[in-house]
Amino acid sequence: MTKSLYQLILVHFKTFFREPGILFWAILFPILMAWVLGVAFSNKSETLQTVYVIGAAAPEQITGEKIFGTETGNPFRIRFREAAEEEAVRAIKRGIIALYVEVRGSSLVYHFDPHNPDAQLLHLVLDRGMSGIRSNGSIEALQAKGTRYIDFLIPGLIALGIMNACLWGIGWTLIETRMKKLMRRMVATPMKLSVFLSSHIITRIILGGVETLLLFVFAWLYFGTTITGSVPAFIVLFVAGVLAFAGIGILTASRTAKTEIGNGLINAVTLTMMILSGVFFNYHNFPDWTIPVIQALPLTVLADAIRAIFIEGAGFAEMIKPIAILLATGLVTFTVGLRIFKWY
Amino acid sequence: MNKTPVIEINGVSKSFKDVKAVNHLSLTIYEGEYVALLGPNGAGKTTLIEMIEGIQKPDEGSIAILGMSWKTHAQKLHRAIGLSLQETRFIDKITTEETLNLFGSFYGLGQRRTEEILDLVNLKEKRKAYTVTLSGGQKQRLALGIALLNNPKILLLDEPTTGLDPAARREIWKILEKLRSDLGTTMILTTHYMEEAEVLCERILIMDKGQFIAQGTLSELNAKHGEGDLIEISFGNNFDIEALGLSGIKKLNWIAPHTKVQIFVDNIAEVLPAVINSAKTKNIKIEELLSRKMTLDDLFISMTGRHLHD
Ligand SMILES: Nc1ncnc2c1ncn2[C@@H]1O[C@H](COP(=O)(O)OP(=O)(O)OP(=O)(O)O)[C@@H](O)[C@H]1O
Ligand SMILES: [Mg+2]
Repeated sequence: MTKSLYQLILVHFKTFFREPGILFWAILFPILMAWVLGVAFSNKSETLQTVYVIGAAAPEQITGEKIFGTETGNPFRIRFREAAEEEAVRAIKRGIIALYVEVRGSSLVYHFDPHNPDAQLLHLVLDRGMSGIRSNGSIEALQAKGTRYIDFLIPGLIALGIMNACLWGIGWTLIETRMKKLMRRMVATPMKLSVFLSSHIITRIILGGVETLLLFVFAWLYFGTTITGSVPAFIVLFVAGVLAFAGIGILTASRTAKTEIGNGLINAVTLTMMILSGVFFNYHNFPDWTIPVIQALPLTVLADAIRAIFIEGAGFAEMIKPIAILLATGLVTFTVGLRIFKWY
Repeated sequence: MNKTPVIEINGVSKSFKDVKAVNHLSLTIYEGEYVALLGPNGAGKTTLIEMIEGIQKPDEGSIAILGMSWKTHAQKLHRAIGLSLQETRFIDKITTEETLNLFGSFYGLGQRRTEEILDLVNLKEKRKAYTVTLSGGQKQRLALGIALLNNPKILLLDEPTTGLDPAARREIWKILEKLRSDLGTTMILTTHYMEEAEVLCERILIMDKGQFIAQGTLSELNAKHGEGDLIEISFGNNFDIEALGLSGIKKLNWIAPHTKVQIFVDNIAEVLPAVINSAKTKNIKIEELLSRKMTLDDLFISMTGRHLHD
């Protein structure tokens, strides 16, 4: 029995490492994504933004190029340009500018989309710079660790990697094995079904662990990402995450023998969660009533819990709830999946 | 022959939606017997053999193997049976040797057995080749090798030689014949090739539309259904042979109305000259003439009007 478990895991490993495509998507792609997004969103130490000025003649402070907000440690270099009103409106629609200022008599009126966080920030910076009065809700420096976009992103990417490893690595492989009639051939031997399924789960724990480690090492070396909370708690959380998504993978793969349908099913599950669960952007931008639903998704639970450990310094105490939810998800989906599983 | 029943099938049926794939079949196979299931596409061969393998469940009827049923003794039966499916693809980027090691591990076997099998099915040069790169015949041999890993008492092979060239087919026959003489294996094999059935199997079951339409040894089948010869003639003009009232004709089978015919006869020497003579006197041109001993395929056509393979 241990012999067949060993052989099965060996075979899973070999297929993983012999397929350059799998290697790329599972290991290199998340690192590339972290790099591209991390660089794109974190080089804001001195941003150059353009602001249009319309209306009467502009006061000296808002002409040419000025630097605002130096006292926050997050200086904004702003280039002011005079423009006609319709030109400014068009530029906002096209995303060229986030905000324009109207000079109306002796006062300034700011025009911007209040839902656009960039514009809000710009407004605050400008407003403070213009009045010279410190508002009581002062703006915090955005470069402190834990508030950078990359620190938000890395835990999300780790969670996403675990989900994809399980749904594609287990779910897809099971469907393909069934499609090739290899599954019925294997089931027609004394091979134990429990050994067969465990081999998949153990493989994903090991390979997923390697993927996570590589991604983390990259983020640590390149962006200085650290784990502020408990590392053992993170390891337990990781295993719980694999078990949850392994269950979901097995449920997804329980019936179909058609790879096209399998493709669709797995995409439906992974894309929905990837978009909703705030891997790349905070899900609090979704309407309020959806938030409880989103927070119940396993990917949200996992990503939020990893963030709590990485950024907020959480330990085992804070992890009890997410780990319990993930284990329960795994158990339920695994049980249901196994009950309706088509072995032949 | 030793008359211990190994496989006992009793009133087994299986339907898919509107198709009755297997229709109330009963069959007993004895120890050491090699049995061929012969029949056209869709006859129900795969359905029947997969029910014996425990892969499909019969709607009704019972199957006992070595006195055990799938419900109660699945593990033991898995150990006793070796099988190959009509179509299995292996893991693409896993080599022949690794595939054998994997399946071997399910039986608690190791590298040594893998070596023996590589030798037996003649895949030694291909041991390091990924299964996806194997030719059709090599894949079939690998599938057979896996079926033989556990030295099975019972071998169930679904079209093990389909798509192979004649030499490769003979090679597989040789392996199977050796198993019979060395180990006394019991085997059921499905095939479209009557030659394969004739060479390998003492008992032949001809299957069509979910039922056995004839069974026995080749000579029994011939004696009962088709002893004799066959003449195939094409004429230049319409020729109504029936009107001649020739004696010695068992059956006429028009391939093209009034111009091409198969005549099943007891004795060629008796019928053929009469046909040729009357064609000559009626000034009908004979364009093609062929006569030979009956084969199982001819037998099948004479029973169902269809070919075994197409
Ligand atoms: N899973 C299935 N669903 C629906 N119909 C099926 C299924 N399996 C078999 N059939 C039908 O049952 C009949 C018998 O099929 P089976 O595969 O047993 O034939 P076969 O004798 O093995 O044919 P072949 O020589 O082509 O392999 C066919 O009409 C087939 O269409
Ligand atoms: Mg078949």
